[in-house]
Amino acid sequence: MRIIKLEKKNLFPFLKIVSEDADLWAPVRKYKDRHVFSLIEDFSQIDLRYTRTIIPPRKIMLPSSLDMYTATEKRYDVNFSHVSKKILFGIHPCDIHGLLIMDRFYSQIFDDPYYSQARADTLILAHSCWPDEYCLCKSTHTHIVEEGYDLFFTDLEDYYLVWIGSSQGDDLIRAKPEFFDENLTDKDIQSFMDWGERRDKAFQTEINFAAMPDLMELKYTHPLWEKLGTACLACGSCTNVCPTCNCYNVTDNPVLNEEKSIITRQWDACTLESYSEVAGGENFREKRSDRLKLWYTHKLQAYVSKYGKPACVGCGRCLVTCPVDINVKTVGDALEGKDVDAFWNRLSREVTK
Amino acid sequence: MNEANKSLILNNPFIPEPARIVRTYYLTEDVKFFQVRIAKMEKALSFDYRPGQFAMISVLGAGEAPFSISSTPSRPGLLEFCIRKTGVVTNAIFRLKENDLIGLRGPYGNGFPIEKMINKDVLIVMGGLGAAPLRSVLLYSLDNRDLFGRVILLHGAKRPAEMIFREEFFSLKDRDDLECLLAVDGDDTGEWKEKIGVVTTLFPHLKEIEPSNTYAIVCGPPVMYKFVLKELVNLDIPKHQILMTLERRMKCGVGKCGHCAIDYIYTCLDGPVFTYWNVIHMRELI
Repeated sequence: MRIIKLEKKNLFPFLKIVSEDADLWAPVRKYKDRHVFSLIEDFSQIDLRYTRTIIPPRKIMLPSSLDMYTATEKRYDVNFSHVSKKILFGIHPCDIHGLLIMDRFYSQIFDDPYYSQARADTLILAHSCWPDEYCLCKSTHTHIVEEGYDLFFTDLEDYYLVWIGSSQGDDLIRAKPEFFDENLTDKDIQSFMDWGERRDKAFQTEINFAAMPDLMELKYTHPLWEKLGTACLACGSCTNVCPTCNCYNVTDNPVLNEEKSIITRQWDACTLESYSEVAGGENFREKRSDRLKLWYTHKLQAYVSKYGKPACVGCGRCLVTCPVDINVKTVGDALEGKDVDAFWNRLSREVTK
Repeated sequence: MNEANKSLILNNPFIPEPARIVRTYYLTEDVKFFQVRIAKMEKALSFDYRPGQFAMISVLGAGEAPFSISSTPSRPGLLEFCIRKTGVVTNAIFRLKENDLIGLRGPYGNGFPIEKMINKDVLIVMGGLGAAPLRSVLLYSLDNRDLFGRVILLHGAKRPAEMIFREEFFSLKDRDDLECLLAVDGDDTGEWKEKIGVVTTLFPHLKEIEPSNTYAIVCGPPVMYKFVLKELVNLDIPKHQILMTLERRMKCGVGKCGHCAIDYIYTCLDGPVFTYWNVIHMRELI
């Protein structure tokens, strides 16, 4: 670990140099205040005044649809065309924690080469952030990072403090050392401390994650779940936007007039009805309430028992995405017994009005 | 095949091995038996598995699905499966003939805790297609007969024609080192000489069980579990010595696709064999 200083005007010139032989991905404004991670061709597209992207950065490692291999009867040809040298710039601490959870998940017991190869070729150049009313990351303690990045740029208005988190990160600095200042003054350190304190106070939303494993167990048959199930649209949006969701489906797609198939994996969601259906039509989770319960049990209880922390990084994406306000904040608060102001809680009143 | 492709296949748990169907025939109207050999000889002989594990089988153009291995590792070289025609993949498998190729990868899952079962009595309760995974542990215990105490088989089917491995199990009745009780819900042939009724009607015919020294193994249709588990608990067999093997939708077999998740567990990694105690609090179990 080493911390150095970079003048703001030198940020894009530096990025240009280090991304010469790599695909650069960075936040770009899609419409209004919605941003996406995009492959950058023109640096003016990059918009660092974003809070969260619509889809988390795991899409860069594992695209929503990925051809795994081509099969004939006698041979299999693997496809790793999604693997290329990439730089992911502008990612925030919550999303780094999301990737750290993915890293552990995809490498445990059986290593998933489609993820791990893409991940190994991706450098993480993170950027500091400022919370809005949906950010929950202080509650999950994912508002700061200790690992999982190569460089981390903390925006102190006039300049950046740059954390070097890996030897690959250090190699990037060595490409243009004259941009960086090794000497931090007491004033620089003080501005960073002040910035951290101001940011800590800017968080507006919190939930009691520590209580969740017990509450999930105690309220497993609570009527709350039926209420959520009634409102849930089973659209799968919460899964698409969650940095720790990883489920996928696999399909065999025959190539016409050739004795071969392309085997493709596509993002799937446990909130969709077909998800747990087995041959013969038996479905172990026909009810929406049961599927929602799986989603929340897995993130707020199962992960805690397996890894000691929840699979929620507090990014707030489910809060801004769910059309009927079913999200980790409203569900968490409701589990705690609070009266929650959310569409799903007002549903019977509003629909019968 | 270039070198890069070779190494990416080698470290890729998703890539199947071509395997050849050696024999196939109907066990019942909609269940077929498949004997399969992995095409590469060294891979066929090194395929090391435990009773209770499963494999992913794929058919070109149809897809891939998990199947319990019905053969026993005590008879290496050939793998056996009994498959019911229910969905896209199984329909495609049914169309295949002897000498046709399928894709196969595995073995996956935990399998039965054989080490813990050594010197214990083994009570196997199977209903319908539940015989598919349990035939492996049954044959294994018969091939290694000295390792176990009593071996007891209770097998139930709807009708005589629907009892899979009917002839095989009938021939086992002659062995004096196996207690074999068979039942059908109803006999439409008029020739059934064994018991009539659901599989639980066989329990009163059991010779006295020494519960603490017994491992019970159960597999069958969802409706069967509730009644069989009740009988086993009534016999005072400890819940952690009641083993069951579960079926779930699976797309990977290696803990990545998420489809087989139940509460805390992945059926493909933590299962498919669970003790009754493991799953007693899981409300969406069977």
